[in-house]
Amino acid sequence: MWDNALILVQAPIFNVQLLIDGILIGALFALAAYGMAMVWGVMNIINIAQGEFVILGGFITWWLSTYGVSPFLGIPISFVALFAIGWLIYKIVICRVVDQDLFISILATFGISILLQQLMNVLFTADVRTAESGLGTMYLFDGMVTVSEIKVVGFVLALILGAIVVVFMTRSKMGQAIRATAQNARAARILGINTDVVYAVTYSLNAAICGAAGALVVMVWNVQAFQGLAYTVRSFMIVVVAGLGNLPAVVGAALGLGALENFAGFILGIEFQMAFIFSLLVVILVWRSLRLKKQRKVLR
Amino acid sequence: MKFLTKSKLAHGIVAGALVAAGMTSVGAPAKAADDVLTLGAALSFSGKYSTNGKHTKNGYDLAVQKVNEMGGVKIGDKTYKLEIKYYDDESVPARGAQLVERLVQQDGVKFMLGPYSSGMTKAMAPVTEKYGVPMVEGNGASRSLFNKGYKYLFAVLSTSEQYLAESINLAAENAAAIGKKPNEITVALAMENDPFSQDIRAGVLDDAAKYDMKIVIDDKLPKELNDMTATLTKVKALKPDLLIVSGHSKGAALAIRQVDEMKADTAMLAMTHCEAAAIQDKFPGKSDYTLCATQWAETLTYEDKWFGTAKEYADLFRATFDGYTVVPYQAAESTASVLVYVDAFERAGSLDQDAVRDALAATEMQTFYGNIKFSPAGNNIAKPMVLRQIIDGKYVVVAPSKWAEKPVVFPKPNWDQR
Repeated sequence: MWDNALILVQAPIFNVQLLIDGILIGALFALAAYGMAMVWGVMNIINIAQGEFVILGGFITWWLSTYGVSPFLGIPISFVALFAIGWLIYKIVICRVVDQDLFISILATFGISILLQQLMNVLFTADVRTAESGLGTMYLFDGMVTVSEIKVVGFVLALILGAIVVVFMTRSKMGQAIRATAQNARAARILGINTDVVYAVTYSLNAAICGAAGALVVMVWNVQAFQGLAYTVRSFMIVVVAGLGNLPAVVGAALGLGALENFAGFILGIEFQMAFIFSLLVVILVWRSLRLKKQRKVLR
Repeated sequence: MKFLTKSKLAHGIVAGALVAAGMTSVGAPAKAADDVLTLGAALSFSGKYSTNGKHTKNGYDLAVQKVNEMGGVKIGDKTYKLEIKYYDDESVPARGAQLVERLVQQDGVKFMLGPYSSGMTKAMAPVTEKYGVPMVEGNGASRSLFNKGYKYLFAVLSTSEQYLAESINLAAENAAAIGKKPNEITVALAMENDPFSQDIRAGVLDDAAKYDMKIVIDDKLPKELNDMTATLTKVKALKPDLLIVSGHSKGAALAIRQVDEMKADTAMLAMTHCEAAAIQDKFPGKSDYTLCATQWAETLTYEDKWFGTAKEYADLFRATFDGYTVVPYQAAESTASVLVYVDAFERAGSLDQDAVRDALAATEMQTFYGNIKFSPAGNNIAKPMVLRQIIDGKYVVVAPSKWAEKPVVFPKPNWDQR
């Protein structure tokens, strides 16, 4: 472990490599986390099927690429396809659990996640799928640092998509309705907002963003029917760290966790990468509850 | 009211029919026709192993088809046609164990073929042991299957610690090519944190210790792995001579993609599951010079009386089943499992389970898949693993030297020269 830390001191250039890779990885997770924060904040639903939406987006892009469609076109196509699928799932299942206890909606989305896994397994088989973006690698610092171009594209798209979501939420009528519903669903209903439509749009939009993220994932890494959980868990963690209803914080948390995770993997060994992130989560939660206690004392 | 009675009636009829159907299947076990010999198998037709489950089934089916075409199995003065009763274990170990109970207890199956994967085999072996039912398998390689004292389990494949050990020997033999002595070679390991890959790791460590090579990176890739840049950054920093990766199909695909993206140069890159991940098709050019461990290759010179040479087997396989360009070794070893049974039945001269078990234990034969001779623990000790190198998108056998089509390209060219 100390040997590895020593490398970073003796050859600081590798810090740059780890930092860049970590941030670029974090951007992809940020996309899935946006949607989760939205659904959680507006509908009070923790969507366990988040990762499956990502993987499904990846599969759609891969499937199109086998017919010669450029994987980059897969990004908007997966976005639209997942919007439709999200709408369908909302109308069939989510609308029945949205006002219920959090526990019930977790169970429901857990069920959806298993169902989607098995359906993808039947439709696309259990093979690992990947699509080639055709992009190359950029060399910085005399080739000491390599940056994969597709990851940069993912990073930029994540930021653009994030910006669009923020603008949509603050400027558009639907965005304002979504925020109003998040603040007080009953009051929103009284004021004439059709919360059912708001919920449906929120859930579908979440699925759509995940779909776009999946299109990037299949170009950057690979997808397989049973890989979704990793994305669900990371989005959950990012949202817990960032808090609900604060999209810039979600981006910050995602990039920060991505970088930290990469450094942890380098220094502690990759097997402790996730363990480190989870320990960090515990620390953050404890710290938060301590701060909350302090605030309560002041209130008293 | 009328509607209710009608639907009740319908339910009753359906239930009655189900009971009747159930009774017939219980009343008429597998020995319905006297000259049919039924083997049982629980395979993964759904779930995460379904791709390899299908390869396994195709392997079994091709063997049955061929043996029956050639007249079946002669036991004493009677001839039997082979038949396999399949169930879908859904890639769930507990389900697999239940299905073995069912095959043995309800369907009256006396001989079992193995499932796909070490994990599934581990779940089923205790059950077949309990009932004294022999099981010949070709897809459970974990060495933990062969230290439990099982008497009825036989495996035709090489155990997992042998998968990549040969790459260490190959590097030691060719150490001079990179201007080093074998004990100066440095090794980086990136092995998934599951029993199979950790077995492989143990085998590599043993062989590396033999040459006194230095392990500079020893990362255990997590199961939910989707990025290995941290490990590869370390590879760029420490510049090991060998990079050895094992992480099933997704690990293989990921490693090829990211080694190329990061231009991580090593004299050798060796891994498992190249064929399963089809890296030669998915990453043309980028996957060149990768060394891939395989149980079997169609260019090997083994042969038998059923299929002829390995090449002839592969041609027949491609002609029989759609969608194969490379015949997966998972199918070949499944076919070999059935052949081992046929050989043992004929030598035992009876269908008594213990007689067949003893005949299996005394097996010493060559099949198109390789030589087969079981250790007392039940694993095949007569067949070595093979290493193939991808050259211009084609798999070329480079080790062991007895079957090498071409000498290994070592060191592999650096990325800036490709």
